[in-house]
Amino acid sequence: MSTPPLSRAFDGVRLHVVTGKGGVGKTTVAASLALALAAQGKRVLLVEVEGRQGISQTFDVPPLGTDEVRLVTHAGGGELWGLSVDAKAALMEYLQTFYKLGRAGGALEKMGVVDFATTIAPGVRDVLLTGKVYEAVGRTSGSRRGQGAKVWDAVVLDAPPTGRITRFLNVNAQVADLARIGPIHSQAESITRMLRHRESVVHVVTLLEEMPVQETVDAVAELSAAGFGVGTVIVNLVREPLVDEALLARAGSGPAQVAEQVRADLTSVGVRATRATVAGLLSQAHDHAERVALERDLTAEVTAQGLPTLSLPALTTGVEDGGISVLADELTAQGVR
Amino acid sequence: MVSRPAPARLDVDTLLADPGTGIIVCCGSGGVGKTTTAAALGVRAAEAGRRVVVLTIDPARRLAQSLGLTELDNVPRPVAGVGTASGGSLDAMMLDMKRTFDEVVEAHSTPDKAEQILANPFYQAVSSSFAGTQEYMAMEKLSQLRAQAEREGTWDLVIVDTPPSRSALDFLDAPKRLGSFLDGRFIRLLTAPARAGGRAYLKVFSVSATIAAATISKVLGGAFLSDVQTFVAALDTMFGGFRERADLTYALLKEPATAFVVVAAPERDALREAAYFVERLESEGMPLAGVVVNRMMALAAPALSGGRATAAAEQLEDASQGDGDPAASGELTSALLRLHADLASVAERHEGHVRRFVAGHPGVPMSTVPASATDIHDLEGLRTVGAALARG
Repeated sequence: MSTPPLSRAFDGVRLHVVTGKGGVGKTTVAASLALALAAQGKRVLLVEVEGRQGISQTFDVPPLGTDEVRLVTHAGGGELWGLSVDAKAALMEYLQTFYKLGRAGGALEKMGVVDFATTIAPGVRDVLLTGKVYEAVGRTSGSRRGQGAKVWDAVVLDAPPTGRITRFLNVNAQVADLARIGPIHSQAESITRMLRHRESVVHVVTLLEEMPVQETVDAVAELSAAGFGVGTVIVNLVREPLVDEALLARAGSGPAQVAEQVRADLTSVGVRATRATVAGLLSQAHDHAERVALERDLTAEVTAQGLPTLSLPALTTGVEDGGISVLADELTAQGVR
Repeated sequence: MVSRPAPARLDVDTLLADPGTGIIVCCGSGGVGKTTTAAALGVRAAEAGRRVVVLTIDPARRLAQSLGLTELDNVPRPVAGVGTASGGSLDAMMLDMKRTFDEVVEAHSTPDKAEQILANPFYQAVSSSFAGTQEYMAMEKLSQLRAQAEREGTWDLVIVDTPPSRSALDFLDAPKRLGSFLDGRFIRLLTAPARAGGRAYLKVFSVSATIAAATISKVLGGAFLSDVQTFVAALDTMFGGFRERADLTYALLKEPATAFVVVAAPERDALREAAYFVERLESEGMPLAGVVVNRMMALAAPALSGGRATAAAEQLEDASQGDGDPAASGELTSALLRLHADLASVAERHEGHVRRFVAGHPGVPMSTVPASATDIHDLEGLRTVGAALARG
């Protein structure tokens, strides 16, 4: 299996958008990717936009507020910071910055205007959320935008799931009908320009299961059609083939002799080889072989997308207790930079 | 060994057979197999004699095909191949969110008013992408199906799958949010001119409301505000309040005829969501039937421990190195043992997660479904899942 080189997905890229079907481990993968980049000496900001506090749970820190919080510092100078973007806070901040509202801001809140703008007008919400990301990506150390060095070497966005990702990123099209003029409209245009720029890529996380792969294929097509660069497909929770396939095939052939041999082997090392245990071991092998075959088909489907792929192992202990670092090292070993 | 409290068993067959069970709501976080559980319950109930309709939200393509859900026309269709010997039947449908919303509009207004609303850009945005619309429309469709079932006697059991929300709780909150939202103070003020006509506008609008409207106009452009005004005004006159409808749906969910089945996978996050949901249902006084944990690793050779399997594999490998005869060696057997040890450690992890859940929620009935080697996409697979659900 050969896939295109990773360089296309990582060289010169400063915004990594991570999406995937619900339940595939999007947040874990985004966190591992951010940590891998930080471990290589970069200053990285990990952003979540759905208010789930996935970052605080993953890194075992108190829930994130509206400020950027340092999560990890590496000896080599790399740093990982986290931010949970909240649409309401973003709108208030936005209004304060552009309109110097002062006390009127409180009135807006009381009137339900903030709720109104952030909940019901869907495009507006997404403009506000992606707007914060836009700000972080472009932020410089100088006193004015564009002056001085970039504050973040990379921004990793734990984005909405595949079902909503294209609409989420396509903020420009979203607000085009609703807000035809005004600052939200022009902000949306700048955001879209940044997201379509080659410094931004979308990574799609999947499992080797039917529905996530199907959604991945759909999302890759949708994103490309909408003009967004797709970076990699990241296959999560990959289980190494435990049993050589030739052996599995042998387990399936001539069941009676195979069962007899297994029984004899087990007995030779003092394991009670009941009929049920022998049959059970063979049926587990049969199921495993089926699973391996299915995963091979799904892998082929993923590869056929023509994108570089990364894979992350299933950790038997789950991601608690330093699992994220293991996954980050894995990404670095596969060439993520 | 210390004996642990065993979870109460979720008796699925009794639940399905009880004529008092009129609605089953399957909820849980994304990717835990809600749709499969809903479909499996539907097939089992139908083959036990219930006349069932299953409302799915976003089924996998092949599962949808096997249920005959190839047409997206927002109407339940009979599922072919379901046993009808005991007098039951199964219909299934896939929710078309926008269409459901359109139908609500069309059913409650005059044709030209409906046309005006459907063409409003604000309506188009809200009906196709507002974060709560899918949840709201799923509940709307549920009430519709329930009403149709009562009116025409078509079905005696409605099973609903819930939208793949960012968290399981969204679906309980979203309808209320949308309802209370459209009923909110700002919206009221926005629509005041339309209601009271021209001049009253100035009196009704307080100073802060004027600032608010002016700000919205500045940020979003003036057309936005007038679109919203027409939209809300048009909606308002025909609906008698979104909140009222949301409240009715909420009340329906609290009826004893409703049973919530919380679906989870044996992983930390999914069970944490399930725990939140169980607690939430309790505090809302909503009837919880139990928790289903899908995809439990089930060992086919449970008598052999993982540790013993690893030790035996090592012994076999040592022995084969000694005699230098790979063909006769226990290569295959040791591979089988290694596989078993690995599966056993996964099974142990799954059981650990479930145990922690049970310890925190004693007395919540539970049923576990073993993981199948491949994905489920036909009636036979759904029957197997149904049988596992019934076993507990």
